[in-house]
Amino acid sequence: MEANLHHEAISEHNPIYKRRRLLNRLLMVVSLSMLLYGLAWLAWILVTLLIEGGSALKPSLFTEMTPPPGGNGGLANAIWGSLLMVSTATLLGTPVGILAGTYLAEYGRDTWLAPATRFLNDMLLSAPSIIIGLFIYTIYVAKVKHFSGWGGTLALALIVIPVVVRTTDDMLKLVPNSLREAAVALGCPMWKMVTMVCYRAARAGILTGVLLAVARIAGETAPLLFTALNNQFWSSDMNAPMANLPVVIFQFAMSPYADWQRLAWGGAALITIGVLGLNIAARLILSKKN
Amino acid sequence: MAELNLDIAPKIKVNDLNFYYGAFKALKSVSLDIPEKKVTAFIGPSGCGKSTLLRTFNRMFELYPDQRAEGEIIMDGENLLTSKRDVGLIRAEIGMVFQKPTPFPMSIYDNIAFGVRLFENLSRSAMEDRVESALTKSALWKEVKDKLHQSGNGLSGGQQQRLCIARAIAIKPKVLLMDEPCSALDPISTGFIEELIGELKKDYTVVIVTHNMQQAARASDFTAYMYLGDLIELGKTDDIFFRPKDKRTEDYITGRFG
Amino acid sequence: MSSILATNLPSVLQEESSAKGEPPPGRPAGGSALVDALFRHVTRLAALLVFSVLAAILFSLLVGSGQSITRFGLAFLFNPEWDPVKEEFGALVPIVGTLATAAIAMIIAVPVSFGIALFLTELSPPWLKRPLGTAIELLAAIPSIIYGMWGLFVFAPLFMEHVQPLFVATLGKLPLIGVLFAGPPIGIGIFTAGLILSIMVIPFIASVMRDVFDLVPPMLKESAYALGGTTWEVMWKVVLPYTKVGVIGGIMLGLGRALGETMAVTFVIGNAHRLSGSLFAPGNSIASALANEFTEAVGELYSSALIELGLVLFLITSIVLALSKIMLMQLAKQEGTRS
Repeated sequence: MEANLHHEAISEHNPIYKRRRLLNRLLMVVSLSMLLYGLAWLAWILVTLLIEGGSALKPSLFTEMTPPPGGNGGLANAIWGSLLMVSTATLLGTPVGILAGTYLAEYGRDTWLAPATRFLNDMLLSAPSIIIGLFIYTIYVAKVKHFSGWGGTLALALIVIPVVVRTTDDMLKLVPNSLREAAVALGCPMWKMVTMVCYRAARAGILTGVLLAVARIAGETAPLLFTALNNQFWSSDMNAPMANLPVVIFQFAMSPYADWQRLAWGGAALITIGVLGLNIAARLILSKKN
Repeated sequence: MAELNLDIAPKIKVNDLNFYYGAFKALKSVSLDIPEKKVTAFIGPSGCGKSTLLRTFNRMFELYPDQRAEGEIIMDGENLLTSKRDVGLIRAEIGMVFQKPTPFPMSIYDNIAFGVRLFENLSRSAMEDRVESALTKSALWKEVKDKLHQSGNGLSGGQQQRLCIARAIAIKPKVLLMDEPCSALDPISTGFIEELIGELKKDYTVVIVTHNMQQAARASDFTAYMYLGDLIELGKTDDIFFRPKDKRTEDYITGRFG
Repeated sequence: MSSILATNLPSVLQEESSAKGEPPPGRPAGGSALVDALFRHVTRLAALLVFSVLAAILFSLLVGSGQSITRFGLAFLFNPEWDPVKEEFGALVPIVGTLATAAIAMIIAVPVSFGIALFLTELSPPWLKRPLGTAIELLAAIPSIIYGMWGLFVFAPLFMEHVQPLFVATLGKLPLIGVLFAGPPIGIGIFTAGLILSIMVIPFIASVMRDVFDLVPPMLKESAYALGGTTWEVMWKVVLPYTKVGVIGGIMLGLGRALGETMAVTFVIGNAHRLSGSLFAPGNSIASALANEFTEAVGELYSSALIELGLVLFLITSIVLALSKIMLMQLAKQEGTRS
């Protein structure tokens, strides 16, 4: 009796089984369309940038200053300001990030500080960047009483640090212990083992982290609003307000003037090309290493 | 080569089966019969292809795109490898138990009902009966009847493995594949499972892969010895262990038994 | 590995690898013991710096918002007024706007991310996995200001002209939920902000889901397939329950991102300090209020109230992110003990 029932159940004509198979096919199609949905936005945004920004990418973009409304001009001072602040912030943040990451992966393995810092660092990694800007405003900009390139740099450096800490920590953990033991067995002191052996083994990974951090801050706008602010003119004075691409894009895009908006598209295309380029470079470095 | 000259009808007939992991050939023209309602053990050193062979029976290898099988696996007159039937139906007829217990993250009851619900829409009481009979057959009912709605993860390793056996037989397969089912268990649980295998062959054709030769000797009726992707010898378990025909089988058996 | 690559996506495997890591080899004594100690202390100092940043942020925001806190007390959180002229400030409108946009983002992003993760783990041919995963992760790399600009200039006009009237004409006519879709179609507003946020958080949630799905032992999945289960059943009934904590952790991470996102929202939310029942009405979020008003705020109380807004945002996102992290750690730990 039961055996008969069984044979009926396991057959092509079993309605439960048919329904399940149909549902499965349906949902697999849905899954594929979700992926296409995600990719479609990416494509749409990139194509828009290509069309709108492409026409704005002229040599004058790099040679002329940001214009007053209705005038012709470029983004030279903003590009310069961004380069200056991003590079200074990277130079400031990277060593701190690498050292802290080194503590987490090498020295702090059985301390309370390392896991706690790892936890807080991951929170800092995802903390809203506008809060970072607000923080630098209250502890620095409000104290010196003026917006400045240094303020922007500090805010960006604070965003670089957690990215570098995280990759350094992760990459040092991938270094096999046998390599450390080999170094120590030669009588090598720990600091030499870390700097000469571990850093070298993890070099590509750490570099990747730094590139990703640069990519991240290159497009950050929110933390610069209350720190570096903006400047219509060419300036290399880190103690004065400083023009920078993201804030200029924000101001120009939100303005009613068509030529400002066109410049904003040019800047947007420039930043996106740079950021995606850095991301892809970082991936290539790491995949080549592996 | 591996035809059994016995009066037992084969449940599964493997003809000229080749298996590839990418470019690597893991089974070389394997042919053998699996007798119905008996226990057949596959033994051999690791890497010999015994698990690979087992996993072709329910086409589990198809989950991995670089794995490929060529040849025939005939069950009930149908070549399982080329069958037009959906692989889900084939797997419902051929149950499988794995190296480690794999309880699903749900209650003991739902672990068993999971597979049943895939094919049958049972009333509450019929489902309860089915769960009870599956757990009774796998000798677990007495231990778990009061905690059917607790997580399957709370059971001991041996109990978890019997739960997995119950789960597999609840959908009433014809064949039960066991891939080193005791490799993660202690000796007492192992004894339990071996005893259970003896019971299960009354209703099912059992194929077991084991690295433990004593286990094959204790629990199986037939034994196949495999080496480097070749099926060397298949015969009654007693013959394989005490009167092996092939020198390589003999070396392997005596090497292990000292 | 791939998660390390994505700008700031979390690595789920991180705890596991640290748990498995063997103790470091002993420190040798030697001539350079002094250098050694120095180097150790410098790295420790750097770690302490990182350790104390969040506390410093909290402290500075508390101090900065002192005036507003003493003036308005807890009522700040529930007051819908925001009037710089009369110096009356309440956070209700931006708080509601922040929560509403984030909620819309999650409603859209979670199922989409699940679909993407399912495709990447179960359906994609192996050679396509990496390029597809990378493409999705690149969505996270695009600066948020680009999303904002694109949303304002490209998406909003199209949405206003072609999609919004449909919503208003159909869903807007329904009883009860009709009010959510009422109002003139203007393209920008709470809904548009939520939709654009959803695109931005999809890569975060999808990569965490993909990474935690990859943690499921193949044998467990095979067990479900061996019973005759379909791909969907294996994912929905076995893989998802098994990775539940990690998946929720990933969702919380996306939520934390959505709550604190500034530029993408500022462009398209409409920046109106007004409570409205309709999702199509302009509104405000904490982050966009800060972005728009902070540099122009006149008077200490105004600035202080804005900093208090920042404090509220900081507290909300910190709680969400901490929960996310704890859940991901739990999954990694459970994974570590099982394998």
